[in-house]
Formats: sequence, C-alpha cells, structure tokens
Amino acid sequence: MLATRYEAPRSVAEAVRLMAADPAARVLAGGTDLLVQFKTGVRRPSAFVDVKRIPELIDITIDADGLRLGAATPACVITEHVELRRLWPGLVEAVHLIGSTQIQGRGSVGGNLCNASPAADTTCALIVNRAECVIVGPGGERTIAVERFSIAPGRTVLERGELLVAIRVPRPAARTSDAYLRLIPRSEMDIAVAGAAVSVTLDADGVCTAARVAIGAVAPTALVVPDAAKALVGSTLDDAALKRAAEASSAAARPIDDKRGTTEYRRTIAGVLTRRAASIAASRARR
Amino acid sequence: MPKLHVEATINDEPAEFLCDPHETLLSALRNGLGLTGTKEGCSTGDCGACSVIVDGRLVPACLVLAPEAQGRTITTIEGLSSGDALHPLQQKFLEHAALQCGVCTPGFIVAAAALLDAKPNPTEEETRFWLAGNLCRCTGYDKIIRAVLDTAAHNRESAV
Repeated sequence: MLATRYEAPRSVAEAVRLMAADPAARVLAGGTDLLVQFKTGVRRPSAFVDVKRIPELIDITIDADGLRLGAATPACVITEHVELRRLWPGLVEAVHLIGSTQIQGRGSVGGNLCNASPAADTTCALIVNRAECVIVGPGGERTIAVERFSIAPGRTVLERGELLVAIRVPRPAARTSDAYLRLIPRSEMDIAVAGAAVSVTLDADGVCTAARVAIGAVAPTALVVPDAAKALVGSTLDDAALKRAAEASSAAARPIDDKRGTTEYRRTIAGVLTRRAASIAASRARR
Repeated sequence: MPKLHVEATINDEPAEFLCDPHETLLSALRNGLGLTGTKEGCSTGDCGACSVIVDGRLVPACLVLAPEAQGRTITTIEGLSSGDALHPLQQKFLEHAALQCGVCTPGFIVAAAALLDAKPNPTEEETRFWLAGNLCRCTGYDKIIRAVLDTAAHNRESAV
C-alpha cells in the first residue's frame, strides 16, 4: 500500500522545510507531468508538496524591472495576461502551445522547467529573454540563468530542500521582441521535434543591435546559439543574415535519432525554425 | 495512512468527503461522492472525458489530487441542468445528435460550458481549438461543434 502524504504549505519557508525534511517528497504544481509519472509508476514520491496555496508562487507582477512569474502560475492565467502578451509575445506563445485547454488550466512554467524535458516549449523562449530562476532553499535564495537550470533530461540544479519559486524576466529594451516556433507532426498538442526561440532588438533604422537564439529538442538540454545571434546583429534581418543564423543553429544542434525525427531532419528543422522565428521577432520589434 | 477530510462547494452545494492523500479528484467525485457523470477515459490528461470546472477553470479531474479540492468551487456535469430542465448545451447536443456512445459527452459539455462562459460568441475555429483536448471516437466532431455554436447563438437570442 502506498503511503504518500499530501502537504499544502502556505509559505515558501514551510515548503522548503517540508522538502528539506524528506528527500523523496516532490513538489506538486499543476501535476500534468508529476501525476502522470506517479500513475505510471515512474515516480513514487513519499509526499506531494502542493505549492499552489503559496500566494507568491501563483502570482504575476510586472514592474519597471520586468516580470516576476510565480513558478506554479497556471498557463491560462499567463496567456490571458494582456501586458505579458504585449511585452513577451514569444514567451506567451510558447506557454500557449503546451497541451489542451484543460492542461492549460493546470500546467505551469515552473513545472515545465522542473520536469526538464529537452523538448520543453517554454525553456527556449525564457532563455532568449534572459530569464532567471529564483530558487529558495534551506540556505536562502539564489538565482540562476534558465539555460543553466536543466543539466540533463529530467534533471535540474535543484538540490535537496530547494524550490523553484519564480521566474524573473528583465523588461525588454525599446524595439525588442521575441518569437518561438516548434515543429510537431500534428497541428496541435504534441511534443516538439525541434523548437527555436529568437529575441531581437532593433535600432531606429531597423538594424539589429542585439539578439538571442535558443534551440530545443535537439540536445539533452536547450541550447543557446551565440553564433546564430552574431549572424543577426548588425543586419536588417535580411535573407542573407537569416540564412547565416539558420546555418549556425543547424550546426549547433546535436539531436538524437528517434521515432519523432531523424538527426538530419531535426538539424535542418532547427535552422528553419530559427530563420522563421527571427523573422517574426523582427516584424514584432518593428511595430 | 489516514483518510483526509475535504470540504468543497460542488455544484453550488457544500460537500465533504474522505479521500486518500494520493487519490484523484476524479476518483473522489465518482467513488466518494457518487457523481459518476464525470467519466474516466485515459487518466493521463489526454482525452478530456473527466473535464470539470474548478474555481472557474476547466481542468482534467484525473490530474487533480482530491485533497487539492479543499475550499474550492467545483462544477461537474451534474451541476449544469436545473432540476428536470436540461442545460442549453445538453438540449442542443440532443437536437444535433452530437453523441453516439456518450462516454465523452459529459466532458465535452462541461468544456463547452467553460468556453461559452469565457467567450459567449466563439468562432468555429476558437471552438475547435478550445475542445481539441476532448476526444470523441464516434461522431467525427462536426456535430459537436455545430451543437456548441448553435447553443451560443441560442444564448444570444435568449439574452436579447
């Protein structure tokens, strides 16, 4: 017989105490990964620590510094947030791609990061926006760039007793925007074969002054592609620059071969999606 | 492991039940409370058969733990009709023959009710996207979409 406890702490400190006291406990946010893993026997936690009763874990604040997104905030709250959609359309479209309406009612960005799938849709969009994970543990608070949070499929930097409480995203500069695209074999609700996010900053003449590119599902963790960003900076995002960025992403990809796509296909698609996402980000930044 | 005592508002009535800590809301509704209108399909959040509304949000009851319901407001398919009067969606599903075997129907109707609550005048495309997480192996979906859009039109006429 299972002896799984259910805990619903009301504060981060209480949650950290519970997690530190029991290494086999798991944080429960939306449960769209964890409860499936529990039912299929992949994970047998000794306790579910439901963090959705902690106000700062389900809260969105946007101020002069940028966004603070509570890690367990459900996707539907994010996609309905008008200011969030205006400032980070690519991030919101990545969130919106995850699962059905029902899954959107439960799943969270923090959960997406902690599940640490190489194909997680939000990761690349967060990375290009220079997002940071705010982690609280028995030793206090630390922050880490999103690209360093997952260290392998299913594994993160979180140590015993540590909790991902929020994601912080700096406010974008003027004429900056982002986009995220993924390829799936169906029209909706599938796992990315490859994904790419791009953020670009343009000057008043439409010349790209800063860029970030990240690709997903083509390596054990999401990859930042500095060479693709370099190909965009200094250009007007013309076809030649977009082509160079695509080539850089294809070169950086180190995908596996599996039933959802071959190595060769994923490598090509990582480039195609980079080019298209850069083009969309640029058109948004021009508005 | 002792059972947990949970109090919630279910279909506008105060309700309480006992559950295991790892039990799903779906199990508590069906087995604890006898509300068997909510169906179990895949149990992994893929099919929408167990759709319920918790604090105004459409969720899969198979991926909610029963103790999470403490203090929440829940609507299930049993809460949609008033007495013997069918909910407009239920009536339109009948008129359009939008069901065959019926197992997916409660999930579709609860999901559609959440849609019309959020968007009283959805386009066909919005309706198809919203209901994409509800699977039906009988109807081919078209009759379901027509029933939902006709309900929306009917609601608007009634509101005038």
